[in-house]
Amino acid sequence: MSIWEYANPKKFIATTTPVIPWAFGGAMLCLLVGLVWGFFLTPQADRFGSTVKIIYVHVPSAMMAINAWAMMLVASLIWLIRRHHVSALAAKAAAPVGMTMTLIALFTGAVWGQPMWGTWWAWDPRLTSFLILFLFYLGYIALWEAIPDPDQAADLTSVLCLVGSVFAILSRYAVLFWNQGLHQGATLSLDAKENISDVYWFPLLVCLAGFILLFVALVLMRTGTEIRVRRLRALERQAQRALA
Amino acid sequence: MKALLLRDLRLAIRAGGGFGLSLAFFLIVVVLVPFGVGPESDILSRIGPGILWVAALLATLLSLDRQFALDHEDGALPLIATSPLPLEAVALAKALAHWLTTGLPLTLAAAPLGVLLNLDPAAYPWIVLTLGLGTPALSVIGTFGAALTVGIRRGGLLLSLLVLPLYVPTLIFGAEAARRGAQGLEVATPLLMLAGITAGSLALLPFAAGGVLRINLR
Repeated sequence: MSIWEYANPKKFIATTTPVIPWAFGGAMLCLLVGLVWGFFLTPQADRFGSTVKIIYVHVPSAMMAINAWAMMLVASLIWLIRRHHVSALAAKAAAPVGMTMTLIALFTGAVWGQPMWGTWWAWDPRLTSFLILFLFYLGYIALWEAIPDPDQAADLTSVLCLVGSVFAILSRYAVLFWNQGLHQGATLSLDAKENISDVYWFPLLVCLAGFILLFVALVLMRTGTEIRVRRLRALERQAQRALA
Repeated sequence: MKALLLRDLRLAIRAGGGFGLSLAFFLIVVVLVPFGVGPESDILSRIGPGILWVAALLATLLSLDRQFALDHEDGALPLIATSPLPLEAVALAKALAHWLTTGLPLTLAAAPLGVLLNLDPAAYPWIVLTLGLGTPALSVIGTFGAALTVGIRRGGLLLSLLVLPLYVPTLIFGAEAARRGAQGLEVATPLLMLAGITAGSLALLPFAAGGVLRINLR
């Protein structure tokens, strides 16, 4: 019994199909509890007023945007090394989800920035790196769409993901060097002295769990769809060959 | 490798297109900027280094899609691939040829074009130095992108979408070093980072490009 058994598409679908409703239900429950708790049952912050509550969407989506890319990187590596098709398809399935998360983080950040910083957009390092991350997602998805042969597409996008990760990290430090930021530093680190107050921390934790579960559910669902599309195409080809 | 390099250089110079075209494009972009932002000389001299860098970057992008696509169309690429030369070396030779026909002329042309942007006299050596250091990285990164999209019909637009985000660090450090040099500030950090990016891309990206070419020729 090893983890690689799940690389078998049939086994993957059989295992994940019953998991999806649980993950999805858990995500909905967590988001409902977290958002209601966060929006209605926490006090307003001293300096920020009610705008502080946007963190319940902003922070989890931003975290998932980065983690989705990390997951794609791992999946791409597994594809390049062990050539499991499920892994390549999982990377493909995660990309649009990650891109949407990036967009949500950018949008909620802009909504928060307007009353707080007095501007929708500033060329702040964090904002800029997220914009660059968004461009990387765009290129990755566009490359998948442009290549008709699935194996070739998986190979090329995996290499792009590897090279892109290196350059994304480089860009992150380049923009840090390039401009000083408006964005606050990390307030969620476990070892920092000054962290977010517990009143906001617990509902945020619930929202984080909700976003993670939502991501898992969406990626599993999309991967399953991709596998079924692939199988359908193979069946069609078989039928055509049988006719000819 | 030398033969391939010479062949590419000869093709670029004699067949027209790449060589003069990107230089002309560079000139036009630099000429258009004052029309867009107004002719005030103090604004122009302040944004001058950045304009030259962005224009050089766009001009390099212009000739990238011809790099492998032409060889792929006329069937020369599979022949090159079957030669004893490894594809990694092919990618490096192609990048070198691209730099010699695009990056180097752009670097040399940047100084005279700086006059049009009313550049501070102190800025000229820095512009030439940073472009000379940075354009090899642009060529190698672009070669990787061109190798990635070689099999795709009308891949030019996709190529720009893939390559431009990869250009971000080079552009930031290059333009920053040029700007700081022009203002007489400390330049060691961005200059070293720029050189590091160039050295790193030169060392590693030909392997990625070679691997990608092998996948595309399968």
